[in-house]
Amino acid sequence: MLDIQGVVRAFERLPVLRGIDLHVKRGEILCLLGPSGCGKTTLLRVIAGLERAEAGDVRFEGQSIVDIPAHRRDFGLMFQDFALFPHMNVAENVGFGLKMRRSTETQQRVREVIQLVGLEGFEQRDVGQLSGGEKQRVALARSLAPRPRLLMLDEPLGSLDAALRGRLVVELRHILKRIGLTTVYVTHDQQEAFAIADRIAVMNAGVIEQIDMPELLYRQPATTFVASFLGLNNIVEVRECVEGQAHTLLGSFAISCLAKTILLHPLGIRLAEPGDGSIEGQVTERVFLGDAYRLSLVHHTGVTLTFKIAASAPHIPEEGVTAQVSVEPDMVIPLAESAGG
Amino acid sequence: MDTAGTSLDQAGRILRRGLLLVPLFFLALFFFYPLAAIVSISLAPEGQPDLTRLGELAAFSNTLWFTIGQALLSTFLTLALAIPTAYVFVRYRFPGKSLLLSLSTLAFVLPTVVVAAAFRALIGERGLVNDALMSLLNLDRPPIQLERTLAIILIVHVFYNFAVALRMITGFWMNQSPRIEEAARVLGAHGWRLWWEIRLPIVRPVIMASAVLVFIFAFTSFGIVLILGGPRFATLEVEIYHQAVNLFDLPVAAGLSLAQIGLMFAMMVVYTRLQRQTPLDLQGAHVVARTPRGFRQWAIVVGVVAIMVVLLFAPLLALVLRSLSGPDGFTLRYYQELSVNTRSSVLFVPPIQSIGNSLVFAAATTVLAVTLGVLTAYLLGRETSRWTRWLDPLFMLPLATSAVTLGFGFIIALDKPPLNLRTSPVLIPIAHTLVAIPFVVRSVLPALNSIAPNLPDAGRVLGAAPWQVWRWIELPLISRGLIVGATFAFTISMGEFGASLFIARPNIPTMPIIIYRLLSQPGALNVGQAMAMSVLLMAVCAASFLVIERIRTAGIGEF
Repeated sequence: MLDIQGVVRAFERLPVLRGIDLHVKRGEILCLLGPSGCGKTTLLRVIAGLERAEAGDVRFEGQSIVDIPAHRRDFGLMFQDFALFPHMNVAENVGFGLKMRRSTETQQRVREVIQLVGLEGFEQRDVGQLSGGEKQRVALARSLAPRPRLLMLDEPLGSLDAALRGRLVVELRHILKRIGLTTVYVTHDQQEAFAIADRIAVMNAGVIEQIDMPELLYRQPATTFVASFLGLNNIVEVRECVEGQAHTLLGSFAISCLAKTILLHPLGIRLAEPGDGSIEGQVTERVFLGDAYRLSLVHHTGVTLTFKIAASAPHIPEEGVTAQVSVEPDMVIPLAESAGG
Repeated sequence: MDTAGTSLDQAGRILRRGLLLVPLFFLALFFFYPLAAIVSISLAPEGQPDLTRLGELAAFSNTLWFTIGQALLSTFLTLALAIPTAYVFVRYRFPGKSLLLSLSTLAFVLPTVVVAAAFRALIGERGLVNDALMSLLNLDRPPIQLERTLAIILIVHVFYNFAVALRMITGFWMNQSPRIEEAARVLGAHGWRLWWEIRLPIVRPVIMASAVLVFIFAFTSFGIVLILGGPRFATLEVEIYHQAVNLFDLPVAAGLSLAQIGLMFAMMVVYTRLQRQTPLDLQGAHVVARTPRGFRQWAIVVGVVAIMVVLLFAPLLALVLRSLSGPDGFTLRYYQELSVNTRSSVLFVPPIQSIGNSLVFAAATTVLAVTLGVLTAYLLGRETSRWTRWLDPLFMLPLATSAVTLGFGFIIALDKPPLNLRTSPVLIPIAHTLVAIPFVVRSVLPALNSIAPNLPDAGRVLGAAPWQVWRWIELPLISRGLIVGATFAFTISMGEFGASLFIARPNIPTMPIIIYRLLSQPGALNVGQAMAMSVLLMAVCAASFLVIERIRTAGIGEF
C-alpha cells in the first residue's frame, strides 16, 4: 500500500535519511523504532508531505505522491505534543479536517469519533483544560475524523506518564485494529513498539537495520545495533571461525562463519553443572525484579553475561560466588555489522 | 540564647522594611501628590468646588476625536505592516535577519525630537527627497508637501511603533509550536484558510495586546504632533500643553489631563488583562525558519527587508546628511555654531551647554531610578503579601500617565509650600526617574524571580550574612538586568521631552528642548543646528541601544 524507495534527506548537508526502503501493507500497524535522532520522525514527515525527499520515491497505492502537498494527501498525522488548536474546543478540533474538506457529515462524524475514543461529554471543553490522556484522545480523534487513508503517529504517548502509557497503548491498538487502518507508528520505546506493532522497523542513523514481527525481532536481532538497542548485550567477538565452529573468548559455538560477532541470547542462558561446554564466571550482580532475578556473570576474560532466572527457581546463586551457565545452541545468534555504522 | 544576635536581626529586618518603603514614599510625593493637585484644580479652580469649568471641556470633543482617530489609524497601519513582516521573520531564514530585528528596536529608544527632526530632514519641505526631486525634475516648488499634515504624523507613528509590534508578534509567534500549523495542513488546510482559521487566531492575543500598546503610544504622542503637526492638529497632550503654557488656563488644562489619565488607565487595564490572557505556551523558540525557495519567496523576503530598511534608516541617514550639508555643500558649520551664543538667540545659552546639562540629568536619573527600581523590584518580587500584588500596576502608572500630565502636575503642585522646588533643577531628574522606574523594574524583576530560592539558602548555610548573600549571590545574578535597566533610564532621560518642556528652567535647557526651540525658529542655520544637535543626541541613544541589545537576554526588558 505504502512504498518507500531509496528515500534520502539531509539537513544542512547532514544526512538524516540515507536511503530508506520500506513497504507497509494494508491494514498493518508498522512501528518505526529507534533512538532519538535516528531519522524516524523525519521519515514520517516525508510520508506526510511536510518534508521533501531529496532522492527516492514515496508511492501510495501504486501512485507516486512526492508532488502532492500535505493538505491533499488525505493522511492523518498525530504529533507528540498533540498540536491541538488552542483557540478551538474539543469538537472544533476534531471537526477541523472535515471542515477543510467541506464535508456534509461533519457533526455526525465528530460525534462518532469522539465516541470511538471515549470522550463523550467533552465536546465543548476548552482544550487547555484537558489532562494529558484526554488531549491524546482528542488528537487521535482529530486525525481519525476525516477517515485518513493512512494514519501516522509520532510518539503519540511520549509525553504521558508510564502507567497511562501502558494502558493507552493497548487501547490504541484495539481502536486501530477495529477500523482496520494502515498505520505508521513512531516511538523510541521498545515496550510500546512490542505492544502495538504488527511489524517493527528498527532505525539507526538514517537507515533501517531490521524489519520483523516483534517476537522475531527480539529473538533474532540481525545486527549488533538492534541487539544492544533492545538491551541484549551478551555480545562476543568471533576470533576465528573454522568449518562452522566460531571460537570466542567464551568457547566455541556452532554457527555460520559469516558473522563477526555473536549474541548469546539471555533467553537461552541457563544455570548449569560444571562440565563440558559450560561457561564459568563470578556472579557480580544479583538484582531482584519481582518475578525474576537478573544475574550478571563475569568470565575470567572480563566478558559479562547478563540473564534472568525465574524467581521460583530452586537455587539462585549469591553475589560473589562462582557459577556455571550453558547456552542453548539455537539461542546463539549471529550478528551482522550495523548498517548505520 | 543569643539575644544580642536576635535584636540585631530585628534591627536588620526593620531597616530592610524601611528601605523597601522608600520607593512608595517617592511615588506618593512625586506622582500622587501632583496628580491630586491636578484633580483639585480641575474640580475646584478657585479653592471652592466648582464644576462649571468642567462644562467647558465639551468644546474639546473635536480634539478628543482627533486624538482617538489618529491613534486608531496609526495602530491599524502599524499592524498592517508588522503582521506580514513578523510572518516573514518567523518563517524564513535569511542573512542579516537577527541584526535587522535587533536594529529595528533602535527606533524605540530614539527621542521624539530626534525623530521629528529626522523626518523633516527626509520628507520635509526642504528635505532630502524634495531637494532631489526638485533638481531632478527641474521644479521650483517642493513637490512633497507633508509638513503639517496628518500623513506625516501617521508615518512617524508607524516608524516608532512598528518595531514594538514586530518584536511582540515575532516573539509570540516563534514560541508557537510549528506542529499546530502542520497538523492543520495534514488535515487539509491550505492558503487563505490556513491564515484565517489557524495562523491569525493563534496570534490573536498578541495582536490585540500590541494593538492596545501602539494605541496607547499614539494616543499620548506629544512631541511628534507638536513639532510636525503644526497648529491645525492637536492631540489631547498638545492641547494640555497649549492651555497650560500659552493660555495659562490651568483649570481647563487640568480637566483635560484628568480625561487623559482616565482614558489611559482604562487602556492600561485592558492591556494588562490581555497580557495575562495571552496563553504563553512557552516551549522554547522553535526552529521553523527556512531558507526561502524559489523566486516568489525570495521576492517577499527582499521586499519586506527593503521596506523595513527604508522606513527605519532613511530618516536617520537623511538627518546625518542634512546636518552636514549647507547651501554650499559639505560643512561642519552647524556643529561649530552649537558653541556660539548669538545675541539674538532665543536660547539664552550656547546650545552646546545643553549637552552637559542632559548628561548630568541623565546620570542623576540613572542613579535615582536604579536605586528606587531595585528596591521596587525587591518589594514586588520578595515581599509577597496580599497588598504587594497591587503594587505592580501601581508602579506602572507613571508609564501610562503621559509625560505632559506629569510635567503639568509638577508645575502646579511643586511650586508652592510645603514643597517649593519650582526653581530647583532637581525636578527634571525626578520626573525622568518616574518615567524610568517601570523600565528598571521590568529589567530587574525577571532576573530576580529567576534566581532559584535554594541559591541564597545555600549561601546562608555556608555562613554568609544576609548582606553577603546579596552582595555575592544575588547582585551578580541580577547584574545584567541591572545594566539593561540603568541604560534604559539613561536613554529615557536623555530623550525625555514632554515633561522637561514644562519644568526645565530656561537657562538650564536639555538637548531635546534646544532641538525643539531650534526647530521652531525659521532660518537654515537654526534648522541646521537642530539637525546637528539631533545627530549628537541620536549617537548617544544609539550607543545606549547597543549596550542594551548586547546585554539583553531573552525575557529581560521586554514589555
